[in-house]
Amino acid sequence: MTVSQTDFRAAVLDPVRPVPEGLVDPEGRAAGKRFDVYRNNVVVSLSNALGEAFPVIRKLLGENNFRILAGHFVRAHPPVSPLIALYGEALPGFLEQFEPVRSLGYLPDVARLELALRRAYHAADTLSLPPAELQALPPDALAEARFRLAPALQLVESDWPIVSIWRFNMEDGPKPRPVPETALITRPQFDPEIAALTPAAGTFVSAIAAGGSLGEALSCASEIDAGFDLTPTLGALISGGALIAIEED
Amino acid sequence: MKSTNKTVLVSAMTAALVSISAGHATAQEAGKEKCFGVSLAGQNDCAAGPGTTCAGTSTVDYQGNAWTLVDAGTCESMELPDGRMGSLEALDRDLPA
Amino acid sequence: MLDSTAHETLPLAPGVGYKPQHFAAIMADPGPVRWLEIHAENYMGDGGRPLAQLRHLAERFPISVHGVGLSIGGEAPLDRDHLARLAHLVGWLNPASFSEHLAWSTHDTAFLNDLLPLPYTEATLARVASHIDQVQEALGRRMLLENPSTYLAFAESEMSETDFLREIARRTGCGLLLDVNNVFVSATNQKTDPRDYIAEFPLEHVGEVHLGGHDEQEDEHGAPLLIDSHGAEVVDPVWTLYAETIAAMGPRPSLIEWDTDVPEWPVLAAEAERAAAILTPARQAVLS
Repeated sequence: MTVSQTDFRAAVLDPVRPVPEGLVDPEGRAAGKRFDVYRNNVVVSLSNALGEAFPVIRKLLGENNFRILAGHFVRAHPPVSPLIALYGEALPGFLEQFEPVRSLGYLPDVARLELALRRAYHAADTLSLPPAELQALPPDALAEARFRLAPALQLVESDWPIVSIWRFNMEDGPKPRPVPETALITRPQFDPEIAALTPAAGTFVSAIAAGGSLGEALSCASEIDAGFDLTPTLGALISGGALIAIEED
Repeated sequence: MKSTNKTVLVSAMTAALVSISAGHATAQEAGKEKCFGVSLAGQNDCAAGPGTTCAGTSTVDYQGNAWTLVDAGTCESMELPDGRMGSLEALDRDLPA
Repeated sequence: MLDSTAHETLPLAPGVGYKPQHFAAIMADPGPVRWLEIHAENYMGDGGRPLAQLRHLAERFPISVHGVGLSIGGEAPLDRDHLARLAHLVGWLNPASFSEHLAWSTHDTAFLNDLLPLPYTEATLARVASHIDQVQEALGRRMLLENPSTYLAFAESEMSETDFLREIARRTGCGLLLDVNNVFVSATNQKTDPRDYIAEFPLEHVGEVHLGGHDEQEDEHGAPLLIDSHGAEVVDPVWTLYAETIAAMGPRPSLIEWDTDVPEWPVLAAEAERAAAILTPARQAVLS
């Protein structure tokens, strides 16, 4: 009687399955509760990891509801990599499908924001472009400039006020107003910072990230909002250390 | 590129640089004291699950009463409009909400 | 550049499992703690605070890298991407030691985040030995393999765990990490005597010792079921077993592990102090 890891894994993740035959206690009896230790370790440790990775989702749903959701999620989507710090890539898609929370339309995007924060936290360290180099660019060169961006920079576009929802739950911020927000995440040193961008400002940053010049990105943003004010967005990118080099042609 | 756009760019860049003139430091330059900050949780370790052995065996069914609508989290207090938006939903619509 | 050449081996003294919340306390006053152990998988990101902290710690302390995700006992081939990440970490950090577990955790792409048990058979022996050869080749160094905490047994097992580990060490040249709490937990769960286990263990291969706390439960028949929770102080019977083991084999680098409900630094330092009280006389006995 051999127990394959395929059988072991299937029974660990599915409490309805019987404990594989051939797993025993010291008296040779079926392992029973002893096997449940492993079931517990797997589901509890992964649920805990998920709760630590998505504190806002946890607060939005409440502890009890989150545990139930996590129990379903970790069995359906166990990690595909041993790096627990990045677990949960599949959660936004899961939240779109999981029936009891489908009415909370903002949940998947809030989960995407929490994932992006972790990616930013673990991203490579980079040196930002010295402000003097930006200062020195003549107007023509400024409009033509294309930038290499820090790997810590993350952009999460949403139809929901995801940054306000994050601040409401994590920083006792005011109640979110129903406006679309794009989250800009930068990491000046070791702590990720979040800024709420308007859709136009979000378009500006994603045009830069796609390799567009400052002038092209400004045009894209102005098409969405003629009154687009570039200053705060540039300020967030520069102070967040997001611009790391001017691309040479 | 329209010249008005260039003007907008130059003035926005100048204003942005003034607004952040307070400091310029990067992760590479950050000293040891910056390492003292908060660390994100969610780590690998080699401990077994603490306490109970039942969490891995309970087959929670979200279609039943386990899904606690009355004990919901902050989603209930945000009052984001859009009709049905903003609250948890039970599959069994007869559950008290 | 990082200079860790001063820390080529772990000292015959207490270490602790590093937790980021203790960074400031350790830098201010490590007390009896002379070295630190990190979990490899927590330092495989591209940058940021975890790696910055590790660089600072490595300048002051010998570091032991302890893997928890390689799945050395897995039926499938080792995850090459993961092995490459590990080789990268060990390459730049040049730690004093690298260790992993006699267990599996990944199967069919799913990483189950637990150290799952193995049957002790000829087939497992061949597989684990070949995986260890592969790891030692990729890292360019000898590794230590840790004895697991087990909660059940495989009816198909053909040999004892100690015979299994002795044969692994013989075939691969790897060293062993003796977790004394795991010995106590497994012996209680398997209804055997932990002293017999230590007596049968190939102590000459031990490069490091682990000590940690466990949780006490019962199975459905009322038999004791200990769980390796790393969430409490080391219990007295484990300290006794540790002292007897050190007396039998001599001093070894000894680690306090505390992974859940992690306490304030002074609690960990006090545990390390208890290990020092056993290690220091043993070290002096060797010198005299």
